[in-house]
Amino acid sequence: MLHIVNKSPSDRNSVDTCLGHVKPGSAVLFIEDAVYAATKGTVAEAKVKAVMPGVAVYVLEPDLNARGMQGRVLDGVKLVDYGGFVDLVTEHSTCQSWL
Amino acid sequence: MTDEMDMEEGGVVKKFMFVNRKAPYGTIYALESLEVVLISAAFEQDVSLAFVDDGVYQLMKNVNTDGIEMKSFSKTYRALEGYDIEKLYVEKESMEARGLTEDDLIVDVQVISQSEMGDLMNEQDVVLSF
Amino acid sequence: MKIGILVNEGPYQHQASDSAYMFAKAAIAKGHEIFRVFFYHDGVNNASRLTAPPTDDRNVVNRWSQLAQDHNIDMVVCIAAAQRRGMMDDNEAKRQGKDASNIAPAFRISGLGQLVEAGIQCDRLVTFGD
Repeated sequence: MLHIVNKSPSDRNSVDTCLGHVKPGSAVLFIEDAVYAATKGTVAEAKVKAVMPGVAVYVLEPDLNARGMQGRVLDGVKLVDYGGFVDLVTEHSTCQSWL
Repeated sequence: MTDEMDMEEGGVVKKFMFVNRKAPYGTIYALESLEVVLISAAFEQDVSLAFVDDGVYQLMKNVNTDGIEMKSFSKTYRALEGYDIEKLYVEKESMEARGLTEDDLIVDVQVISQSEMGDLMNEQDVVLSF
Repeated sequence: MKIGILVNEGPYQHQASDSAYMFAKAAIAKGHEIFRVFFYHDGVNNASRLTAPPTDDRNVVNRWSQLAQDHNIDMVVCIAAAQRRGMMDDNEAKRQGKDASNIAPAFRISGLGQLVEAGIQCDRLVTFGD
């Protein structure tokens, strides 16, 4: 399944909770304020890296750029645009938004 | 997804999960989530409710909203059984992190681990999160 | 694919409505069908035809109306959530004895059943909120 998160990891626990529930084979997409979770040096870095072997992690590039965080993305995190967001939704049988 | 659907009485039955992660009264999400849950009963779907993070606070006993002039909706959780909504899951880790036990909750629930909750979510056709 | 969208926050305060719009546009561009956009919680405020944002900013409400008209999208505002927040169409305003209505073109007011139905009918249901 696709997990969508939109909260900064230093503001709310949505990223943390999402990563606690995600299963191998699933994907995580960081949008809006959750794009910070895809960048280096945050409180979420270790946890994001810990799930990455079995879980594909994506970040919505327009949101990343809007926050001036381009070029800080963790190795292995893939960038998608809104079209890529749509593809992720259709490629996974269910999606869950961690608000 | 199609292979997971059952046909019953000519209609589609999907697995719906309502994920509650917010405390009650401070915001309206818990109440309005419950309103969707009640409506979903009329569609005869396979409905589960999950209480995760601050969502477990929605199930506290002894709620008294007299002093804040808001209607209490605690009793609605008890009424769910009458709507054939009987799958209520509370996440163990969330409950423990808030110093709560099953005895503090107003309804009978199944307490499951975060990992089990993740498996359960994976099995759903539709997940609605409030 | 048939995709449903749930918008749980109003315009401008949160990015949810913007993200949902961008997602809907991209889905249409890829040949998918947006079966329904359902506006719930403060999301009902996306349907106010009385918003007047600065002209150098995006117009969230008009943008939704336009997209719906261009692509024949069903945009439903939850009646229970709308009544609480003062969103009325002509019929509802008359019924409630109000002196004005405020629903923008291409939005319609209906019940929560429309959300559950979208969950049943759509291949995917994507939630945008806070």
